[in-house]
Amino acid sequence: MIASTPAADDAITDTAEQTRPAGIRRSWGTAARYLLLALGAVAFLFPFYYMIVGSLRNTTTGDVSSAVPSGLTAGNYTAVNGAISLGRSLLNSGIMTVGVLLCTLVFGVLAGYALARLQFRGRGSVFASLLLVQMVPFQLLTLPLYVLVVRDYGLGDNYIGMILPFAINSTAVFLFRQFFLQMPQSLFEAARIDGAGELRILWKIALPMARPAVLTAMLLTFIGPWNEFLWPFLVTKDADKQPLAVSLASFLSNLQGTVANPTGALLAGACVLAAPAVALFLLFQRHFTSTDIDSGVKG
Amino acid sequence: MTHPGITATTGSHPPRKDAASRHGRARSRTGALFVTPYVLFLLVVFAVPLVYTLWISVHRFYFTAPGTHADSPWVGLSNYKDVFTDPVVGRAFLNIAVFLVINVPLTVVLALVLASVLNAKIRFRAFFRAAYYLPYITASVALVAVWQFLFGADGFVNNLLGSHAPDPSWLVNSHLAMPMIAFFVTWKQLGFFVMLYLAALQNVGKELYEAASVDGAGRVRQFLSVTVPGVRPATTLVVIYAIITGANLFSEPYLLTGGGGPDHASTSPVLLMYQKGIEQGHPDFAAALGVVLVCFVLVISLAARKLTEKGN
Repeated sequence: MIASTPAADDAITDTAEQTRPAGIRRSWGTAARYLLLALGAVAFLFPFYYMIVGSLRNTTTGDVSSAVPSGLTAGNYTAVNGAISLGRSLLNSGIMTVGVLLCTLVFGVLAGYALARLQFRGRGSVFASLLLVQMVPFQLLTLPLYVLVVRDYGLGDNYIGMILPFAINSTAVFLFRQFFLQMPQSLFEAARIDGAGELRILWKIALPMARPAVLTAMLLTFIGPWNEFLWPFLVTKDADKQPLAVSLASFLSNLQGTVANPTGALLAGACVLAAPAVALFLLFQRHFTSTDIDSGVKG
Repeated sequence: MTHPGITATTGSHPPRKDAASRHGRARSRTGALFVTPYVLFLLVVFAVPLVYTLWISVHRFYFTAPGTHADSPWVGLSNYKDVFTDPVVGRAFLNIAVFLVINVPLTVVLALVLASVLNAKIRFRAFFRAAYYLPYITASVALVAVWQFLFGADGFVNNLLGSHAPDPSWLVNSHLAMPMIAFFVTWKQLGFFVMLYLAALQNVGKELYEAASVDGAGRVRQFLSVTVPGVRPATTLVVIYAIITGANLFSEPYLLTGGGGPDHASTSPVLLMYQKGIEQGHPDFAAALGVVLVCFVLVISLAARKLTEKGN
């Protein structure tokens, strides 16, 4: 019942004699479908609801009644701000994320364009490495990267050190390549005949047409560094340089005793950390289709 | 530099060939130039660290203060011997096995069922899709905070269960810590896989469902005989992603179960790499463990691929 498709529904209603029973069966199927979806939505959304309500309550406890908003206050936000200086952490998260986004957009678009539209020696190997890199569990490289970046290059507590491992998102490069590959060859030939250089063709012709890919890549790229924990956790020891995910985690593990309503303060911090990514997603959801994800992931 | 008149003439003309090859060479240079930053990035962030891990893993390696130097004598496979004889390492790999046994089937079944239901023409489709996707785009650290609160000793779930609540509670129970992490990750990542299956379902031919329905197949039968084989490539991808996620587990055991749970019940290999390598100052041990982990991931991924692509 769960697995029914539009085609199956049509096939059932097509047989005229069965109209009544089929109609009943169909409404049962529809009801079951909505029930399942609604149950799923509750399971997925309840923690978010609880996070928001808990962050606004005066005293946040685990009582079942605490799921109902009452005695609302913004005090938890003030408290967590006092403990980990939210503004500074948000700024650090922002710098790290914007740095990654800029590098991915500038260098990723160039690489994607070259891989799709230009011939050069080693193109095959670069593309093969791009695919391979997506299969390497990144965190396995964390230790040698830590030794190199922090010990050898001296980039601990430094924004460049924070950005470096994520600087060019390979999934985004792949996405750009696929998009440029789909564009008609005649377009590029015409521009070249008119004497346009490759950079000009990329900037004036290819990029404006690739706006959906750029938007998807930005969304994909944004959530990575914004949500990343392990790498900035290793690289930043100075609280003034830590992005929000790291300072919130240190609040979670050892600073909770410093505020009156620790759970509420923690949930307030979680809300602040979650909000930008969720807001961006909801804003650009229409442009973010499943096919984009699929093509970004195949490899 | 450019000769629009010449390049526009027919192909057999000698001047055009010259111009074309000149342009081709220029474009080849441009291509190499465009791709250089990305290649440098791949070298610095992937190739060098990968080779460096191998090197560290066969040497006695110490962290030194900046500016000072310590010898790193060759020790052969002795770090690997330490890795294989450490009981905690065995426990960490066992934990990943527990993780995969729970996470993979649950992810495949739930994601495929939800995607199939969402694939039909239904109302509020965008809302449901967004709801399932929300945990995927939210930071682990934020969600871990909520889960700790929901599943803590005097948390929401235990209050709901009353006397049926497990003792010790979910996240500090040595039998439940790892399953809890598996459930958390399944929940967090499911939306991504739902989207993946939604895309895959577009490629399953409608005529197959019609043919199956003419042959008298019910909906469950259609699901098993048409949908499941139709999305097999996506299933392979889901399984491989799950394995990579399992191999990368760090924030969840570190934060959700307080640094690996009671008696390493939820210690993961990456968490162990962090504890041994950085907290306890044995980067050589951690490097060897990393190499073992990569081999483990490769073998399991290949085996899983064989298994899912084998057909019915």
